[in-house]
Amino acid sequence: MATLGDLERTVMDLLWTTPEAMTANELRDAIAEAPSGEVGRELAVTTVLTVLSRLEKKGLVERERDSRPHRYRSVTSREDHTAELMHEVLVTAPDREAVLARFIGSVSEAEAETLRKLLGGS
Amino acid sequence: MFWASYLLAALAIILAWPAPIALSRASWPARAPFTAMVLWQSIALAGGLSMIGAMLVWGLEPLGDNLVSASAGFFTILLDDESAQTLGVVHVFAISAATLLFAHLLFTLALTFIRIRRQRRRHRDMLTLLSSPAADQPSTLVINHPAPVAYCLPGGARSVTVMSDGLMDLLSRAELDAVLTHENAHLHQRHHLLLWAFAAWRSALPWLPTSQLAQRAVSELIEMLADDEALRHVDEPTLVRAIAIVGSGALPSSPDALDDPLAETGRSGGAVRADVTGGTADVQSTAHRLRRLLTPLPPLSRLQQGAALSAAGLLLVLPPALLVAPELLG
Repeated sequence: MATLGDLERTVMDLLWTTPEAMTANELRDAIAEAPSGEVGRELAVTTVLTVLSRLEKKGLVERERDSRPHRYRSVTSREDHTAELMHEVLVTAPDREAVLARFIGSVSEAEAETLRKLLGGS
Repeated sequence: MFWASYLLAALAIILAWPAPIALSRASWPARAPFTAMVLWQSIALAGGLSMIGAMLVWGLEPLGDNLVSASAGFFTILLDDESAQTLGVVHVFAISAATLLFAHLLFTLALTFIRIRRQRRRHRDMLTLLSSPAADQPSTLVINHPAPVAYCLPGGARSVTVMSDGLMDLLSRAELDAVLTHENAHLHQRHHLLLWAFAAWRSALPWLPTSQLAQRAVSELIEMLADDEALRHVDEPTLVRAIAIVGSGALPSSPDALDDPLAETGRSGGAVRADVTGGTADVQSTAHRLRRLLTPLPPLSRLQQGAALSAAGLLLVLPPALLVAPELLG
C-alpha cells in the first residue's frame, strides 16, 4: 500500500517531467502505466484529486481555473525546489542551527583557501 | 532568608557572566568534549534556577523564616484576598519578576520546540518529493544538488541523513562513510535536544551575551563528539580529508548555484554571499575541529575530568540547597 507521501511524489514526478498541464484523469492513467508499478495500478480519480489538493495547499501545484476538467501544473521546476531547499540548509541563521546539523557549517573564503592548501599539501 | 537570596544572586551573576566566559575560552573542552558538554548544561540550568530563586527568596522574605512558611503566607495573600501590605511593593515586584522569568523560560522552550518541529516537518515533506534513498542505506537520502552538503534531520523514527550528489562526486567511499558516521552520531546521541535547549535559552535571554557563547560552544562540542564517533570507524586522515574537501567546497564558488530561487524571495546574490560567509561561529568551529584532529592532545586525565564533573554536579545541587537551607538551619 502506497502512502500519501509516495503518491505525492509520483504525481509531482509526472508534473515535473510533463511540459503541459494535466487533468486528474490523465494523471491516473499515467500512474497506471508507470513502470514503477508499486505505487498503484488501480487508483481512483478521487484519490488523485485528494493528492492534488494537498499539493496545491503546499504551494507545489497550481490549477488552471478556466478549464473543465481542471488541469494541473507544477508551480516551479524540481531544480528550483531543490535549490530553495538547499538554500535553507546552506544559509546560516541562528534559528536554523537547531533544525538540522550540517557536517560542515559555513566557511569563509580565507578558511576555504587554507583547507584547499591542506588538501594540496597532503 | 536574606543571606540565601544574596548567595543565590551571587551564584546567578557568576553563572551568567564570568563562568561561561572562562569556559568558552578554555582549551580543555577539545580534550574532553563530553565533560565540557555536561558542564555547559549544568551552568545553564543552575544559572536559570539561581536567577529565579534569588528573586523569589528575596521577595518572600517578609512572609516567613523559610521558603515553605513564606510560600504558605504568599498563597494566603493570593487566595484569601488579604492585603499585600506586609509584603511591600518591592517584594511583590521581585516575586512577580521571578514568576514572569520562569514562565518566560518555559514558554520560550515550548515555542522553540514547536517552531523547530514545524520547520523540520516542512523540510522532511519537501525531501520526500525531491530526494531518493541511497542505494544501500534506507535512512540516507540523496538529493540532486552540485554543492557538497551533508546534514541530518532529526525526527525520532523518521530521522534521516541527507547527502547531495555533489558530495558523493567529491568524496571517496571511505570519506563518505566518515561523513555518514559523523551525522548518524548526531542522531544517536540525540544532539538535537541539546541544540534545542540552548537555542531556546538564547532566544529567551538574547541580551545575555553568554547565552550566545553557550550556544556556540555547544554546537562546536557536538561536532567534536560526532567526530570522535566517526574516528571509531574510519582513520583520522580520512575524516580530515572529508572535512577539508567539504569545507573548501562548501562555499558556492559560482553564485549561480544558489541564485535562482533567491530572485523569487527577493534577496540579491550579494546578500546571500554575506549570509554564507557571515557565520563566524562556524568558521572557528571548523578550524577547532581540524586542529584537534591534526594535532591530537591527550584526553583530560581521569582526575581532571572527575573534577569538572563534580563541579557540574555541585552547581546543580547548590541552588536547590540554598533554597531550602534556611529551613534546615532554622
